Amino acid sequence: MRDHLMNIYRLGVKELWSLRRDPMMLFLIGWTFTVAIYMAATTVPETLHKAPIAIVDEDQSALSQRIAAAFYLPRFTPPAQIAVNEVDPALDAGRFTFVLDIPPNFQRDVLAGRSPGMQLNVDATRMSQAFSGNAYVQQIVMGEVGEFVQRYRDSATPPVDLALRARFNPSLEQSWFGGLMEVVNNVTMLSIILTGAALIREREHGTIEHLLVMPVTPTEIMFAKVWACALVVVVAATVSLNLVIRGALHVPIEGSLALFLVGTTLHLFATTSMGIFMATIARSMPQFGLLLMLTLMPLQILSGSLTPRESMPVLVQNLMLLAPTTHFTELSQAILFRGAGLDIVWKPFLWLVVIGAVLFSLSLARFRKAIAQMA
Amino acid sequence: MNALPPVVRLAAVTLSYRGALALDAVTLDVPAGCMVGLIGPDGVGKSSLLSLAAGARAVQQGRVEALGGDMGGKGHRDAVCPRIAYMPQGLGKNLYPTLSVEENLQFFARLFGHGHAERRRRIDELTRSTGLYSFLDRPAGKLSGGMKQKLGLCCALIHDPDLLILDEPTTGVDPLARAQFWALIARIRRSRPAMSVMVATAYMDEAQRFDWLVAMDAGRVLATGTPAELMARSGAATLEEAFIGLLPEGKRRGHRAVEIPPLEDGGEEDIAIEARGLTMRFDDFVAVDHVSFRIRRGEIFGFLGSNGCGKSTTMKMLTGLLAASEGEAWLFGQPVDPKDVATRRRVGYMSQAFSLYGELTVRQNLVLHARLFHVPEAEVPARVDEMVARFGLAEVLDTLPENLPLGIRQRLSLAVAMVHKPELLILDEPTSGVDPIARDNFWRLMIELARRDRVTIFISTHFMNEAERCDRMSMMHAGRVLDSDAPAALIAKRGKATLEEAFIDYLVEAGGGSAADDATVATVAPPPVPVAGSSLAGRVRRSLGRIYSYVWRESLELQRDPLRAALALVGSLVLMFVMGFGISMDVENLRYAVLDRDQTQLSRNYVLNLAGSRYFSERPPLADYAGLDRRMRSGELSLAIEIPPGFARDVARGKPVQIGAWIDGAMPQRAETVGGYVQGMHQQWLLEQAREQGRGSAAGLARIETRYRYNPDVKSLPAMVPAVIPLLLLMLPAMLTALAVVREKELGSIINLYVTPVTRSEFLLGKQAPYVMLAMLNFVLMCLMAVAVFDVPVTGSFPTLLAAAFLFCLCATGMGLLASTVTRSQTAAMFLAAIGTMIPAIQFAGLINPVAALEGGGRVLGEIYPASHMFTISRGVFSKALGFADLHGEFWPLLIAVPVIIGVAIALLKKQER
Repeated sequence: MRDHLMNIYRLGVKELWSLRRDPMMLFLIGWTFTVAIYMAATTVPETLHKAPIAIVDEDQSALSQRIAAAFYLPRFTPPAQIAVNEVDPALDAGRFTFVLDIPPNFQRDVLAGRSPGMQLNVDATRMSQAFSGNAYVQQIVMGEVGEFVQRYRDSATPPVDLALRARFNPSLEQSWFGGLMEVVNNVTMLSIILTGAALIREREHGTIEHLLVMPVTPTEIMFAKVWACALVVVVAATVSLNLVIRGALHVPIEGSLALFLVGTTLHLFATTSMGIFMATIARSMPQFGLLLMLTLMPLQILSGSLTPRESMPVLVQNLMLLAPTTHFTELSQAILFRGAGLDIVWKPFLWLVVIGAVLFSLSLARFRKAIAQMA
Repeated sequence: MNALPPVVRLAAVTLSYRGALALDAVTLDVPAGCMVGLIGPDGVGKSSLLSLAAGARAVQQGRVEALGGDMGGKGHRDAVCPRIAYMPQGLGKNLYPTLSVEENLQFFARLFGHGHAERRRRIDELTRSTGLYSFLDRPAGKLSGGMKQKLGLCCALIHDPDLLILDEPTTGVDPLARAQFWALIARIRRSRPAMSVMVATAYMDEAQRFDWLVAMDAGRVLATGTPAELMARSGAATLEEAFIGLLPEGKRRGHRAVEIPPLEDGGEEDIAIEARGLTMRFDDFVAVDHVSFRIRRGEIFGFLGSNGCGKSTTMKMLTGLLAASEGEAWLFGQPVDPKDVATRRRVGYMSQAFSLYGELTVRQNLVLHARLFHVPEAEVPARVDEMVARFGLAEVLDTLPENLPLGIRQRLSLAVAMVHKPELLILDEPTSGVDPIARDNFWRLMIELARRDRVTIFISTHFMNEAERCDRMSMMHAGRVLDSDAPAALIAKRGKATLEEAFIDYLVEAGGGSAADDATVATVAPPPVPVAGSSLAGRVRRSLGRIYSYVWRESLELQRDPLRAALALVGSLVLMFVMGFGISMDVENLRYAVLDRDQTQLSRNYVLNLAGSRYFSERPPLADYAGLDRRMRSGELSLAIEIPPGFARDVARGKPVQIGAWIDGAMPQRAETVGGYVQGMHQQWLLEQAREQGRGSAAGLARIETRYRYNPDVKSLPAMVPAVIPLLLLMLPAMLTALAVVREKELGSIINLYVTPVTRSEFLLGKQAPYVMLAMLNFVLMCLMAVAVFDVPVTGSFPTLLAAAFLFCLCATGMGLLASTVTRSQTAAMFLAAIGTMIPAIQFAGLINPVAALEGGGRVLGEIYPASHMFTISRGVFSKALGFADLHGEFWPLLIAVPVIIGVAIALLKKQER
């Protein structure tokens, strides 16, 4: 037993040395856990940013001009004034996302209390702007109309008020979410790449054959790769959370970092096993790259780290319960954003333990078989 | 010699790559019409010289002439390239391993513009005379080493060259195949006496038979002349000795002939290795066929045979790396068991290729291996020092093995294999690629180990003189041991003068054909093909022929690479499915719960108002704040509503009341949407209340009627799918195409671009075409999936979309070509293609934010990037019911981009190696 542990330790140290001498990988680690996270956090556009809008002003009144002036950067581009017959071609060509049509005699009808209608054309193929943009346009226009009218008469205040508060991220800053989820996604990506590349490099250099004639077993080789790569990723993630997320981006982390790291370790157990599994299927680095694209994108996009899981089809939701990323994303969001403790997030932990154990044994079986063919 | 002008002339040619000098001011005239040999160990510049003469490598300094013209000039190169045939170093390096023999030959014949009948005639003739005729359907990758070289030669000879350049054509080939190979060359030379042949070789015995030799070392020419002249000059009996004698003093020093003390008698029963009926089958192929032998302790036992005859496989079975399909083997009386870790400590193994950790220093390698073999920790430093002293590694202790010359690396490998003091060493071709002096030094170390330390050595080689040094040896061929005995006894048994002749005799008996080959069909010089006129029409026709031959070949290769083909076809559909469902802006089924502290009819009415919406799904009500906190933290609730006590009463009194709503802000985008929904519901509830209580129309001062154009239900899918299709149509084809060119660079077949008449544009267009077709197929599949699976109809003109997709595929594959012309490795090409397509497409091309909303450099890039226009066209046709008349403006940028991208790729591709 002691021999096994020593072998695992020494082979793992060897992995770390190999990594140290691989400038490409070091660069990749450094990049993904610093600059990439900073960029992901800061360049994610706010939900509505510079939405192109045009106004068809058929009224040419004080009120209509007041409305036009209410749209400004950064949410909207300064509105273009276009004619009625230009509306369709402009929308077809995708020049504007919103076109607001203010009908003739609008101001007069408003003041007369006739509640006139305006028409807002929205290019709904631009989902990101269409929906929230509509709400903003409504709010802005009604606000302007209200203020304009207020000078002429009082309006009744609603009897019941709704106090909306956002918990965990009071001002709804995108960078909090973007930054932390990038860490979570990069943990997955890097752990798969590191272990997979480590195995493929051994195979390409013929060193795996060398290992196998030594008194070490495939299980030891695999454990060594798993612990070494997991250690690197855990360290990188810790540094990144402290320096980039807390330091540079000033994102408060609500929960316990230690608990998160425990969850990360469980997750890495599963993903590093996946990396090894994939490396036994791929015959070369480029093949591994292609395979990585096909697996990593679904794992990340459908895990709930990009868009909410509940809006995906039920089948997809259930299938993704088998993926470690789903549970890792869930526990990360719960711990890092909402300050949840183990009493609340024990479920994803349990899931990860089970998935990790299954993936590890599958990979080990596959690794043992493949290793015979590699030699 | 004869009076012909020299066929190749070099004047003060200097060549270096990556700082290392390959050729150092070489001046040389190579006589025409004869067989010229370049001799010298690996890495002395032989290959560089040959590739310069073939025009495959660009001249850096000095002047190179071949066939009477300057090879530095493009005009002359293009003119003489069909008259030169070049076969690069490495077994079958310019061949395509997944293509069959027939397909390889067809490809080369097409490149040189032969017609159908002419191709058939030449292929039949060449393969009949080389004995490949019965293997026409076999993939080149599955041929034996000798057959690969013969095929390489056939490919080189398919166009009747005047200058044949062969770079180490027989390295790693068995002696019989080698003899056949040279017989073939001799026959061809008889039928075409004007042809000049230049050959590089590491075998001195072969060089002995050439007309004229060039001895090289360290980028310089040591001497030239006939073999007899060279031997006479240094007063040596063999060419190998003559070569050593020609070396500068510094290198020769320390070289002594290898002496082998005889093996002591006795101990015949002390058996180190025994194998009985060892057999290894891979699928239907028998790699090792019932091999049996016994090796005594302290014996040096040799395995002699060609590449792929089963030597390595046998060794791997003995080390336990492979489990035998049949038969048994014993090490020191113990049956070999792949799971038995204990016997591994008694064995040292050195594999064919250098296989130590290049990332660890010499010392780290030694220490790691000592520890893994469980040398007691206290002894490790002493053991490492001992190995360092014994194998002379003291000066390189902290160097990375990558930076060491081959000879020293070989010593390091041996030191590592010896670090745990094994009783048995298994060495798989330890000396291939090592120069003669280093090889002799290596052998001295091994003899010392065997005789002094009584280490049993089991070694494989394809050098005859090394096999002769073994105590006993086995001759292997096609997985079988032909005979085992002491080398001298084997020679005597066959009544031959040398081991090589004896081996050939064994091979012939084993059914490997005769040395002279069945040379009944003489290669008749074919009537010169009427050069199909230099008219424009003829040139265009031949050019199209060459493009077609690349199209044909690339398609065949793609069909035979399952992973690439699968990715190309299935990958886009999988990713489309994922993105279609995953990148959804819809927010539905939001889980919420209510903390109703009022519990009146009015409060329940408020809650019901929420529950009726498709956006919300209600959870069991909340009882207190603690529950609210816990359930929100776990992520179960996205929204919690609190209705204060006395809500109904206060409303009735007209007293201001406040309903609390907490939104989970962890996902800001979702939170904003939820906020919008809640506010909308609240307003609606207020209006209803007002109406019910008849407080007049509080309908507002004005109304805004929102018309969601093109996508009335505001669903994500109809918005996303038309954008995902161009995105995937850009990314995957670009990546696959990027691999196409750089793959040839990695495998070496790019050499065919350098030395055949194919031009850069023909090469690239030919490679591009299959990927464009594949991408179009992908496009159609994705459109079908959009309609059938996602229910997103095509509302506009599909032909318009199809035409745009075609142009766009040309752009996408063009970008892939561009990425692969500027990179050297497949990994780098893939990375570059991914970055170069994904980032601009996602960030700047209007996928999420319209190009109109960008500024500065991003705006400019967005305006010219083809994907921007494709997004507009795709959305227009899918969602906006548009046709060509509405979208023609978007076609122009695509039409301009195609020639620009491909033109840049062609301009950056090199027609010569640099």
